[in-house]
Formats: sequence, structure tokens, C-alpha cells
Amino acid sequence: MNIGLYFKVPNISFRALRVWQRNKDVFMKNVKLNFLPPFIEPMLYLFAMGFGLGMFIEDIDGVSYARFIAPALIAVSVMYASFFECSYGSYVRMHYQKTFESIIATPLTIEDVITGELLWGATRSMINATIMLPVIALFGLIDFPHSLLIIPFAFLAGLVFAALGLCVASVTPNIMSINYPILLFIMPMFLFSGTFFPLHVLPLPIQYFALAALPLTHVVIVIRSLTFGILDVSLLFNLAWMVAVCLILSVLAVNMMKKKLIV
Amino acid sequence: MAEDLQKCFGEFVAVNGVSFTIEDGEMFGFLGPNGAGKTTTLRMVQCTSPKTSGMLEVFGMDASTHQREIKTKMGVVPQENNLDPDFTVYENLLVFSRYFDIPEADARERVDELLDFVQLTEKKDTMTDTLSGGMKRRLILARALINRPRLLMLDEPTVGLDPQARHLMWDKLKGLKKEGVTIVLTTHYLEEAAQLCDRLVVMDHGRILVEGSPDQIIREYIGTDIVETKSDPKTIVCLDRQQARYEIIGDTVQIYTNEPQHITDHLLTECDLTTITARAVTLEDVFLNLTGRKLRE
Repeated sequence: MNIGLYFKVPNISFRALRVWQRNKDVFMKNVKLNFLPPFIEPMLYLFAMGFGLGMFIEDIDGVSYARFIAPALIAVSVMYASFFECSYGSYVRMHYQKTFESIIATPLTIEDVITGELLWGATRSMINATIMLPVIALFGLIDFPHSLLIIPFAFLAGLVFAALGLCVASVTPNIMSINYPILLFIMPMFLFSGTFFPLHVLPLPIQYFALAALPLTHVVIVIRSLTFGILDVSLLFNLAWMVAVCLILSVLAVNMMKKKLIV
Repeated sequence: MAEDLQKCFGEFVAVNGVSFTIEDGEMFGFLGPNGAGKTTTLRMVQCTSPKTSGMLEVFGMDASTHQREIKTKMGVVPQENNLDPDFTVYENLLVFSRYFDIPEADARERVDELLDFVQLTEKKDTMTDTLSGGMKRRLILARALINRPRLLMLDEPTVGLDPQARHLMWDKLKGLKKEGVTIVLTTHYLEEAAQLCDRLVVMDHGRILVEGSPDQIIREYIGTDIVETKSDPKTIVCLDRQQARYEIIGDTVQIYTNEPQHITDHLLTECDLTTITARAVTLEDVFLNLTGRKLRE
């Protein structure tokens, strides 16, 4: 096996945007339905956990529990939006609908197609974050204007999870098997990335692991800082980690898909 | 266009050194049993599957380095329908036009024109999964024509269609050929190949067995006519004595000839035969003769 094959610089053109546009058009057909989850979900979580469970919880690191988990809800939604779009969604388009196959008969390369999928996945994350901000702001749980930076950041974070999703879609033998990486990676991340309790209560090795290997940890740190209205230099470290992992995973996703589909 | 083209999947050699040239403006057919390597060959020409070795040029450009340029001038009708189920008939064509960077105003005009051409104007706002098999196939043809291709590649364009839909497809293809479009197709329907193709090749096990015009192939490999009679040992002995070219299929014997009248008379007098039928040779006879009668998976 040639490892270099997985990190080849992809042959991408502006035409990748046509694939993004295709997915956007499909999304807009059911726009009202698609807008509902990011609108309802944070309210449910805030009522159940922030205000229900939160009654029994003292302040965490000096803030109320609802204020503590509000940014985590955004981070989790950013993760889910692009990961599901580019794992289940892309797999359906690739395998059942043969959409990728039909597109590569045109001047687009498979690299264009996968790049378009990545960009669209990231866009979905950004859309979710954008809808959630005003909902959570209604409860007075986030500070402005810093929180507005969450919107562009959600695109970068979305790209990371979109790439992860596409890597999964490229190796999964069937649609049911996508459940395994969700169970073994996405769910633990949902729970152990400093989302619903601070990272520092975990044993030190696990803290280091979370920082080294779980992208959601960095996303939660950055979004939480922004909702608290804090811009610290240390965020640059999280940002750099995200950019690096995003680049690696995106190139990997494109090449893995190419290897799967171009035989 | 192609020389000594080869394609391997691991150990398996799907296309084993084929060479062919397709002329501008002709209709060219690939025939062969399932698994002969037709689709694989087509996909290499379509630049969606890289060749293992050999030389492949399309429009004078190398297929492995100029895929975008080649695909811009090509239209593809795949074997399996892959219309976009998330869109209506009209949107399918419009979304596809964007992949070719056709400006929207031109594209809308072109889409209307194509829907009319494939007689689907009434269905333009229907979702594609509710279309009948024939309609889906016609829509795919329209989609392949959105960029006004110089070369149209069709992989079994009429598979699963009823006779009406099939004839309609043939008419459309003949019309396109008149407009100067080069057409390449694969098919299992030998009547279709005989009717449509200027030239064709018969492939099996990844190799090209014969190449030529349908008439030429028939004459070269079998003769103009076939005389059929019942198979029994006496007949066989008699035929052997005459050194006739024949084949035994089940309980009938087929004798290949260019002079059916002569053979028939001869058989009747020399071999004591009673039931004899003579008919013209079809491409199907050549096909079965070349590729054998064994069932393919």
C-alpha cells in the first residue's frame, strides 16, 4: 500500500462549487423543515439540562450551568450537522442515488465532487450555528459581539467533521455500519470533550487525549470563550490545531473517496 | 483512437489489449456477452476509469491527462439510470448544465429544446422516480445532449425498453447522427446493432474478435444464408462427405452457405432429407458462432 497516495494534492477546480450549489438547491427545497432542528434542539436541551438538571448544580467555573452548556450545544450541533451530512448524506448520494457517478461524466473530477461535499457539509454547520445563536441569545446566555465570530468559526469546525464523515463514508461497507464510528467516536466526543462538565475533572491522561485527538474539545473551548466574551491568545493554539487537522483530513477524505470510486 | 488498451482489476484482466479507431460522424457498436469488457472499455474512453496500459486518445487528446477537456465535448448515457431523484425532470437538466458552465439563459433555452426533442415537456415538473423506464431513458439521453456533445457514448441505451420506446430511441439516435454527432454504443440487441451501426466490434473475454460493418461481418464469418434441418446420424455422415460447414445445436443442424438454393437441392437429392428451411443469416448467428452458446454470468 502506498501511503503517499492518500496525501496527494487533489486536482480541484472552481467547479466544486457546482456540487455545493446542487446540495444547496436540494436543501432549499425543504428549507422550512431543515431549519427546524437547530431551532428546537437548543431549547429542549436548555430546558431539560440547563434549567432542569442545572437546578441541582452549583456554578461551574463561576458561571451557571445553563451558561456553561449553551456553547457546548452549539459545538455539538456544528459537529452533528456536517458529520451526518457527509457520512449518511454523502453515502446515500454516492451509493443509492449514483449522484457522484453522474457528475464525474461531466468536466468535474471526483476531487471536485468531494470538495463540493466538504464545503456543503461545512456550510450546514455554519447554518446551524447561525440559527442557534439568536435562540440562545434570547435566554441571555451568550455575549455579543464576540459570539458573532462563532459563525465563521463554525465553517472551519464543520469542515473538520465533514472530512471525518466522508472518510467514514468511503470505507463503510454499507449504510448500517456508519453506526460504529458514531458509537465509538462521535458519541464519546459528545460526552467527554468538556461539553457537559469541565475537562479538568477527568484524569490527566484523558485530558491530554481529548486535547490531542478529539476535535470537539477544541471547538468547545473556542466557542465557549467567544460566548463568554473572552478573546485569549491561547485560542490561537486551538485554531492552529483545527486548521492543521482540517487540512490533513480533507486531503485524506478526497483521496480515500477517489480510491474507492475511480477504479 | 485506442491502441493495445488494457485494464486490470487486481489479477483479473477485464480488457486485454484492444485496438480500435472510431471515425468522426459514424455510429460504432461494441457487442459481446456480459463480462466481455464493453462497459470497461467505454468507461476508459469516458475518462472515468484510468487505463492500466496502452494508448488511448479521444479528440486527439490523451485520455489520462486531458479528462476535463475531453469530457466537455462528450455526452454519456450510462448503463444504469442515475438521474438525480432530489430534482424534477426540468431541474435535472438545469443542474446538469451548470456542471458544463453553460450560462443560465442559454441552458434554459437548451433544456426546453431537449425536453421537446425527447417528448417530455409535459413531465417537466415531475420528480424523476415517478417516470416510466422509457421516460427515464429518454431523459438521460436529453441530459447527455445538454452540452451539444461531438461524441455520444451510450451503454445499452435501450435495455429494458418496450418496442415502441426502443424504436423512438433509434429514431433519435439516427437523427443525431445526421446532425454529425459521433455515436458509440454497446448493446445486447443484435437487431439494434445491425440496424444502427456503421461499424462494430464483437468482444469477448476482454478481446476484440471481429471488426467491420454488420454486412461484412456476416458475409465473412458465416455466409449469406443458413439452411436448417433435423439432426440425425445419417445427415451428419452425408454432410461430412460433402465437406459442408455446419453446426449442431440441440436437435437441429445449421449449414452455413452463400448458395442456399444449391445446398437445399443437393441435400434433398443426396442426403434423403425431408424437412429443410432456409433463411438469411443475422448478426445473432455470427454472435453465437463467435462467442459460443454457453450461458454467461
